[in-house]
Amino acid sequence: MNIIREFGTAEFLFILVAARWTILLTLASLAIGSVIGLLIAVMRIVPLRPINWLALAYINLLQGTPVLGQLFLFFFGFSIIGIEVGAWAACVAAFSLYTGAFLGEIWRGSLQSVPRTQWEASAAMALNYGQRLRYVIIPQAVRLSVAPTIGFIVQLLKNTSLASIVGFVELMRAAQLMNGATFSPIPIYLTVAAIYFIICFSLSQVSQHYERTLHVPR
Amino acid sequence: MSLVNIQNVKKRFGNIEVLKDVSMSVQKSEIVSIIGRSGSGKSTLLRCINGLEEVQGGKIVVDGIDVTAKDADLNELRQQVGMVFQSYNLFPHLSVERNIMLALTVVKKMSQGEARDIAAEMVSRVGLADKLKAYPDELSGGQQQRVAIARSLAMQPKVILFDEITSALDPELVGEVLKVLEDLASGGMTMLLVTHEMNFAKSVASKVAFMHHGRLHEIGAARSTIESPQTPELKSFLDAVLH
Amino acid sequence: MDYQFRFNALERYRDELLEGVLLTLQLSLFTMAIGLVIGLVAATMKLSKNKPLRSVAIAYIEVFRNTPLLVQLFILFFGLPTLGLRMSANEAAVIGLSMNVGAYIAEIMRSGLQSVRHSQIEAAMSLGMKPYQILRYVTLFQAFKAAYPALTSQFVLLVLMTSVVSAIGGTELFHAAAFVESRTFRSFEVYLVVTLAYFVLALFFRASFAALYRIIFARRTSR
Repeated sequence: MNIIREFGTAEFLFILVAARWTILLTLASLAIGSVIGLLIAVMRIVPLRPINWLALAYINLLQGTPVLGQLFLFFFGFSIIGIEVGAWAACVAAFSLYTGAFLGEIWRGSLQSVPRTQWEASAAMALNYGQRLRYVIIPQAVRLSVAPTIGFIVQLLKNTSLASIVGFVELMRAAQLMNGATFSPIPIYLTVAAIYFIICFSLSQVSQHYERTLHVPR
Repeated sequence: MSLVNIQNVKKRFGNIEVLKDVSMSVQKSEIVSIIGRSGSGKSTLLRCINGLEEVQGGKIVVDGIDVTAKDADLNELRQQVGMVFQSYNLFPHLSVERNIMLALTVVKKMSQGEARDIAAEMVSRVGLADKLKAYPDELSGGQQQRVAIARSLAMQPKVILFDEITSALDPELVGEVLKVLEDLASGGMTMLLVTHEMNFAKSVASKVAFMHHGRLHEIGAARSTIESPQTPELKSFLDAVLH
Repeated sequence: MDYQFRFNALERYRDELLEGVLLTLQLSLFTMAIGLVIGLVAATMKLSKNKPLRSVAIAYIEVFRNTPLLVQLFILFFGLPTLGLRMSANEAAVIGLSMNVGAYIAEIMRSGLQSVRHSQIEAAMSLGMKPYQILRYVTLFQAFKAAYPALTSQFVLLVLMTSVVSAIGGTELFHAAAFVESRTFRSFEVYLVVTLAYFVLALFFRASFAALYRIIFARRTSR
């Protein structure tokens, strides 16, 4: 009797449906991470040394350690504090902090990339500090940040595959489960690769298209 | 009563004294060309007038407002003092129309309709009526500079400062910008221009001020001063520039 | 919270952890070297006038940059054996990491090569230099200088990414951590120590690369 399943449509659909968890994990981490990122970007810019230093330490710590390590620490750390969290919460927490560090750096960079002359020109137009920021500087900083931000989102999406290692069932883990049942790694992992590729490649294309059509400050 | 009164202004950048006791007064409708070598302090002087640079000594009074006072409301002042820059500095994310409308709506609190009308008018005055909806990256240098002038004009300032506005332009584009300046001049606008364009200084400006090593070295009626400079420094500067 | 942190339990396994660090370093340096070769070749292919060469390079770069490293490793280690190609976990790790980092390096080098001003090359040509000589003495040095910050960043990233090969059983620091965890059951402590070890490595390399830049590139001020 053959106990190994065939890799057919049902198996393929199981994997495809798991992709939504990959996307959800990415979106959740992005949502929380963006808030953290804004906070970090502001902390880097305000003229208060201890706050600058704190933000810098945070960024260095999260950019200088493996994502896998961060995941594991959250996974084991939560149970130490006594909070019982599933893999989902641990993963969202870890990826949110990770996202916050990277987005914070990207957005701070974008803000500081807006040429000084734009500050002067808007000042010369009698706009006050808040108006300069709101109507001239921030719109340009946002446009400058789109490409690197989307670049990071692609990175984040790929990194969610590591959540499979702590047992969270997203695309990669679903594939492993299917492989356990069907023992056809090539079709399974190629399918997974294709799914990641389609999502990531499309995101990059969107970013390039955006750069071409909107008036990104040079 | 002069419109712009500069009294004994001193300014330093770090240890370098860039302006050493400069005094000058500009009457309404006067057109003053400020000339001099790089580093003579001419741009710095201009930027002190609208508060982009701080002074360490002396006083600048524009239309009754003391620019140099500690509590000076610079934003109020800048509604009366316009500035056009060497690198145009248009807002790249806004169309020509919106570039001009921004300060009108946000600072002068005009309605969108009013601001739009003024923008259309200003843009025709500088000869770019067909570029109203265009974006800065679609325009040539000369066109961008003319839009920058229109943008300052729209605020109806009492005086406009021009900081080497033709220096970054290809030679064949300079003419169109100078023409706009001539129109402005004949309309009675008070203008201070830091410039290398000696012909403009001679024919359109009323006064020429020569800056040398941070001091106002020589000042006089435009045509006569350029044709017959009094001081040897001005003479050698003009020889070098007009060779 | 009544968890007792017991870091001293890890003391006994100091050697294993240190060996893990060494293996991580070896793996990183080795795969970076291979990746540099792959990347340079792919970059030149992408910049060439030959359409088929360009397409191959673009395909390679896009596939490896838009799919996770973990998937690439799984295909190599679990997938290829079904086609008859067996390899050890470490072999798969080296191949997967090199090809992955090679794609990123390709883009970095392409950008660096393109940044060398064409006027430089024209000047060299009018001095009678042959294409190979121009490449070697004019283009490559300047391309590397331009690419240096991105390349060194990529290396630090690579060191961190080596942790992923533990998922297929590759031997490096993270794998050593799992070993120690199975012996001591001090999961949090061991992963904390190991994660911080990576952090120290990252800091060390960043500082060293910054210093190296000054030594190699910023000798004489040419502009």
